[in-house]
Parts: sequence; C-alpha cells; structure tokens
Amino acid sequence: MNKLVNKTLIAAAVATTMMSGSAFAASHSESITVVSWGGAYTKSQAEAYHKPWMAETGNTIVSEDYNGGLAEIKAQVEAGNVTWNVVDVELSDAIRGCDEGILEVMDHSTLPDGDNGVPASEDFLPGALVECAVGNIVWSTVFIHDESKIQGVDGLTDFFDLGKFPGKRGMRKGAKPNLEFALMADGVEPADVYELLSTDAGIDRAFAKLDTIKDSMVWWESGAQPPQLLADGEVTMTTAYNGRVFNAIASEGKPFVINWDGQIWDLDLWVIPKGAPSQEATMDFVKFSTGTKPLADQASWIPYGPLRKSSFGLVGSFHDKPELDMAIHMPTAPDNFKRALQNDFEFWADNADQLNERFNAWLTK
Amino acid sequence: MTTANPSIDQTDTLPLKQKLAKTTAIQRRRAFLLTLPLVLFLLISFVFPIGQMLFNSMHNDKVSGVVPKFAVAIQSWDGQGLPSEEIFEIFVKDLAIAKKVREVGRTAGNMATRINYEMPGSRSLFTKSARKVGKITEGPYKEALIKLDKKWANPQVWLTLQRASHDISPSFYIAAMDMKYNEVGEIVQADELYQIYLNNFVKTMWLAALITFICVLLAYPVAYLLAILPLRQSNLLMIMVLLPFWTSLLVRTTAWIAILQTEGVINDLLVYFGVIGEDGRIQMIYNQTGTIIAMVHILLPFMVLPLYSVMKTIQPTYMRAALSMGSKPFNAYRRVYFPLTIPGLAAGTLLVFILAIGYYITPALVGGQDGLLISNLIAYHIQKSLNWSLGAALGAMLLVVVLIFYWIYNRLIGIDKLKFG
Repeated sequence: MNKLVNKTLIAAAVATTMMSGSAFAASHSESITVVSWGGAYTKSQAEAYHKPWMAETGNTIVSEDYNGGLAEIKAQVEAGNVTWNVVDVELSDAIRGCDEGILEVMDHSTLPDGDNGVPASEDFLPGALVECAVGNIVWSTVFIHDESKIQGVDGLTDFFDLGKFPGKRGMRKGAKPNLEFALMADGVEPADVYELLSTDAGIDRAFAKLDTIKDSMVWWESGAQPPQLLADGEVTMTTAYNGRVFNAIASEGKPFVINWDGQIWDLDLWVIPKGAPSQEATMDFVKFSTGTKPLADQASWIPYGPLRKSSFGLVGSFHDKPELDMAIHMPTAPDNFKRALQNDFEFWADNADQLNERFNAWLTK
Repeated sequence: MTTANPSIDQTDTLPLKQKLAKTTAIQRRRAFLLTLPLVLFLLISFVFPIGQMLFNSMHNDKVSGVVPKFAVAIQSWDGQGLPSEEIFEIFVKDLAIAKKVREVGRTAGNMATRINYEMPGSRSLFTKSARKVGKITEGPYKEALIKLDKKWANPQVWLTLQRASHDISPSFYIAAMDMKYNEVGEIVQADELYQIYLNNFVKTMWLAALITFICVLLAYPVAYLLAILPLRQSNLLMIMVLLPFWTSLLVRTTAWIAILQTEGVINDLLVYFGVIGEDGRIQMIYNQTGTIIAMVHILLPFMVLPLYSVMKTIQPTYMRAALSMGSKPFNAYRRVYFPLTIPGLAAGTLLVFILAIGYYITPALVGGQDGLLISNLIAYHIQKSLNWSLGAALGAMLLVVVLIFYWIYNRLIGIDKLKFG
C-alpha cells in the first residue's frame, strides 16, 4: 500500500513538473517545421537560417526533407491538419499553390529592409516577391561530367553526342526541364525556347532530340541522386542542381566539372501552407531567413545566388575553404550566365499536365 | 410446415425450440461481437476508402464549387457560338467572388486545373483573368472579358466549362482510356503520342502473368523438396524461404540494385572471369528485367507456402500405389500427384498475380523507364500531377480488372477449392 501511495505521489509530482514545463514552453518558445529538399541544400539553410534564428529567438526548428511538388501541402491543407510551417518550393509551385488557395498570402511590406537601408520591395530581385511567397535563392540545373574519365566537353551539344562521348546520360524524370535542354542542344537560342515549345512542331522537335539518347538514359528523381550516379560510374554525364555538385567537388574532392552552357535557372521560395500553426513564429522565421545576412551566409555553404541585391557584396568564400571564392560559382556569375535560360513558370503551369503525359507515354514506348 | 397444423405438440416443442433458438442466438451474437473489431476495421480501412475512390473517380466539383451560379446558368446554353451576355455576367461576378473569398478548394486556380485537364494550355487564362476580373464592374461583360483575354472568344473554352459544370461526369474514365473530347465536344481517341494507360494496363497484366509463371517454375520444386525432406533439413530450407519475409521490402529491393547494376556484383564477376568485356556490361536493372527479377524474388514465398501446405498433406502412398500398378513415373506424377497440388497452385498463382498487378515500390525503384506498372502511374497522379480524380479512375479500373480475374478464376477452379496455407 505504502508503495502504491509513493508511486502515485511520484507520478503526480512528475505530471506537475511536466505540465509547468510545457506551460513554460508554450509561453516562451515554439517549435516550427521547416521543409526543404534535403542534403547539402538543407544543410546550407540549417547553418545560415535555422541555427542563428533558434539562437536569437529560443524557438526550435524541426527540419524535414521532401522532393518538391505540392502533393503534401495540398493533402495537409485539405485534411485541415497542417503540420508544415514553411516549405521551400519552386516558383511554378508557389504560383500554382497560391492560385489554388492552399498557401497563405504574404504581406511583403513586413519584410525587413536590406542592411543598407533599401526597402525590401526594391532590395529583392524582380520576380522574387510573389503573392504567396518570398524568394530566397537562384539555383540552376546544369550538366556535369567526371573529368577523370572524359575530357574536352565543350557545350550542351556534347551531352547529346553519344558518338563523341559514349556512355549513359542522367536526367531528371519528367518533361521539365529536359525539353528545354533538348531544344537548346538542337541549336535553339534560349530566348526562343518557350515560344517554340508552345507549338506542336517544337514539342516534336524536343522529343526527337531526346529520342537520340533515350536508350542511354538513366532517370533520377531526387537532387542527391545525380552526383551519386556520376560517382558510381552509372552515367558519363548527367544533369544536376549546381549547388549539390559544387558541394561534391568542394567538400568531397570529386573530379566533377560543371558545364554552364545552356543552364536553366529558377527561383526557390518560402511558402506557408494555409492554416499552418504558430503563424507568428513562422512569419518571423521567414522574415529572418530572407534578411541580407542569412542569405549571404547561405552562399558560403552552397553556391545558390541570394535574391537580395544587398547580399551580393557580402558573399564570401566557402565556409571551411577561405581560398574558394563563392561568387564565381553562382549561376548568375557573368562567366556562367552567357547562355542561360530562365524556367518559365507560366508555360509549365499551363502545359505540365499535357507534356508530362506525353513524356510518360514516350518513356514507356 | 409448422403453420399447417400449429396445434400438434405446440406446448412441448415451442419452449424447447425457443430456448434453443435463444441460446444459439446469444452464441451467435457473442461470436459476432468478437468479429466486430474486424468488421469495423474493414469498413473504415477498406470499404469506405474504396467507396471514396469510386466516388472521386466520377465526382469533381471544381467548376460548380467555384462559380456555382454560372454552373447552373451555362446549362441553358445550346453550344452554338458564344453564351449570352447574361451568362457572361454571371460568370464574371462568380469569378470575382471566388477570387475575393479564396476558400481552399474553391479558387479560380482549382477550376483552371480542372479545365486544363481537358483543354491543355488554358490554365493561365483562368488564373490571369481571375486576378483582373474584379476590375470589370459593369457591362457589357462579354466584351470586357474578351478584352481581358481574347481566348475567351474561343467557344471551346465555354464548351469545356459547360461539360465540367456537371459534378458527376465520365471525363476521368475517358482520359483513363486514352480518349479525349475534341474541339466540338465529341469523344475521340487521343493522339497516339499521348496514349499511355491502356498500353500500360496490358503491359502490367503481361508482366504480372510472366512473374507468376516464373514463380510457379521456381516454387514448385522447392515446395516439393520442403514437403518430402526430413523435418531437420526441411526446417532449414523453410527458414531460407521465409528469410526474405523478415527483411524489409526496401532493403531487399536495394540489395538487388547493388547486385544487378552495371557496376554491381554480377557484372564485376562476369568481367573478372572474362565472360564479358569492360564495355559489354549488361544492363539488368532500371528496366523490365530488373522489375521481373526483384518482383519474382519478393513474391516467391507467396507461391511456395500454399504449395507446400498442400503438398505436405498428400500421402506418399498415392504415388507408390500408382507406380506399383504399373504407371510410368511421369504419368503417375501427371495424373495423381499434380492434380492433388492444384488447390495450392491455384491459390499461389492467384495471390502472386493479384499482388503483382498492383505492385508499386519495387518497379518504382528498379523499373527505370520501361519497367513501370499501372500502380506507378496512379501514384504519379496522386503525388505529382495532383489529378486525384484521374488517379481514382485508374484505380477503379485496376479494381475491376482484378475482380474480373477473380471471377474467371472462380469459374475455372472454384474459389472454395483454394488452399492458402
């Protein structure tokens, strides 16, 4: 009996402590879930955004990975059970999600000025602030090869030249942005790509170009795969996200080469799923992480270009290699930007369904 | 018959009968109560979701939910030329309200997505116009809307809207059968370059049949060995059969990647022993071959176990009797042993075939471009394109295919004869 009483007392004491503990937590710190693309990219965000924000506010961040797309956000919002606070999405998904009403509208007037005093509306690059999102970085899809195995890769045409460089090719599974690559390799200028893709003849031409390497193709889905495929020798060349490749080169010493010819660049943005909990802390994180300094800091972890002009001057060197200047590895560096195409979100919002259907049919034939 | 002469023995038998009925009723109820958790579980996790899926495959209210008054009004349009000014006015006003309210699932973007399925490329027409439609405050609305974007003068937009205004429609089944509506609203075959689902259904069934056949070839001798070996050896063998069951599906699939890839174990060995050259490495994964190998391995136990359980019960004396009466071994096997194993064989084939037809993870990981099954396309529509209605329609078709096979099977072999283990 005595024992039982003792046990009850202890339990009660524990319960009280826990309750007061949780009450404390509720009033002073919150936990938010930040979702991004994983790997080196999430690591760069954790170092530049999450850690300083947690140190400053005392809040905690749970970091989750995903492979892009709106499926999870849509499911959470429609089920009325939103657990993600902030999600890193591509521009086309930010626009589409906003149109479908599954994202919170963002008040851009609350974003902080740049460190040089320029208001946010002028500090951000054009297109970085959209109705339901705040942009953070410019990233790019490029094609890469392993210099220890092949030399003399000249431009995007070589990616499609199996005679000159035999071996497998890796590409992201889906119509975007492979159709653009195919047309540019076929000699179309970046400025004409989307106009041509809006015609049946242009689509046929893109698929015809892809046909020439179809039998040598390996398809990847998550951004971490292509550097791995190249390292394993599964492919001779592959398209990849420039930041991840850079990290494989800089941190792991891989002999990879980034070919900037015909790069296709896009924005990544923060969005908040509609009805996400802890709105205040969430918005605070968005404001903090898109400030001048965090954006510039992120660039020392991964070569994705900050979207604030005030951050440009602060971009330094790789975090643990002072000799590695990051600015020249950005997609927007003048040398890399000679033949570049911006992904057209509106074209893909209109045509993704149809072109992916054709792409899937093409794949299985 | 008791009603014919109710007087006979009534006093004696009725109470007894009643008593018996009462006790058996209680017993039955108790027995039913025991199954209640299972019944509830099946209802919640099986019947309800499938019902929901069937409903979703036909039901889509993304037009009537966004522009409710218009969805009613457009039905009076005869489809000639453009709808009347009055209908345009209702449309503009409905759209402006939807834009202002921004309710989840009821936005112009939702409607745009729905129309874009049937009229590719029209999505931005809706989303762009919705952003500006608030500015149109007075008539003539038709003119104002067409001034906003001249695509509104295309009758196909309005035909598609009229069709999609019905909440219940067959349009997702039409898409799932590689057909589409043309400019004037007739159902036609989709362009060959866009046909994907029917071919994939056929391929899925063909692959499932092939996998089942290979499983039979591999499992039959193993099960026979298991059944005739002494207990010690057969136990060991049994563990080897069951071992894959205890390992995670993902681990097994990735193990196959390590073994089969072009830089993998098998290719390395072949190159080492000089069977093939360094350039001649064989592609065994990320294609149909990879899907077949990995799925046969994963589904094999489902064939071995029912076969084994049936073979275990077959008396060796039957075969001895047949042989002693002068039958040749093969004939004895064919006419005595084999027919006795049919219940297990049938159960195994049914299990493996139905599991294979809906398999998802393995082909997704090792299927590459030509090893994808219909379930991967369904997953694509649920996860990527977010066209849940089309995914549901494909799922419903898959369900029908499975039910048809089940029915044929029942007719050929009889489901009550199956022995699963």
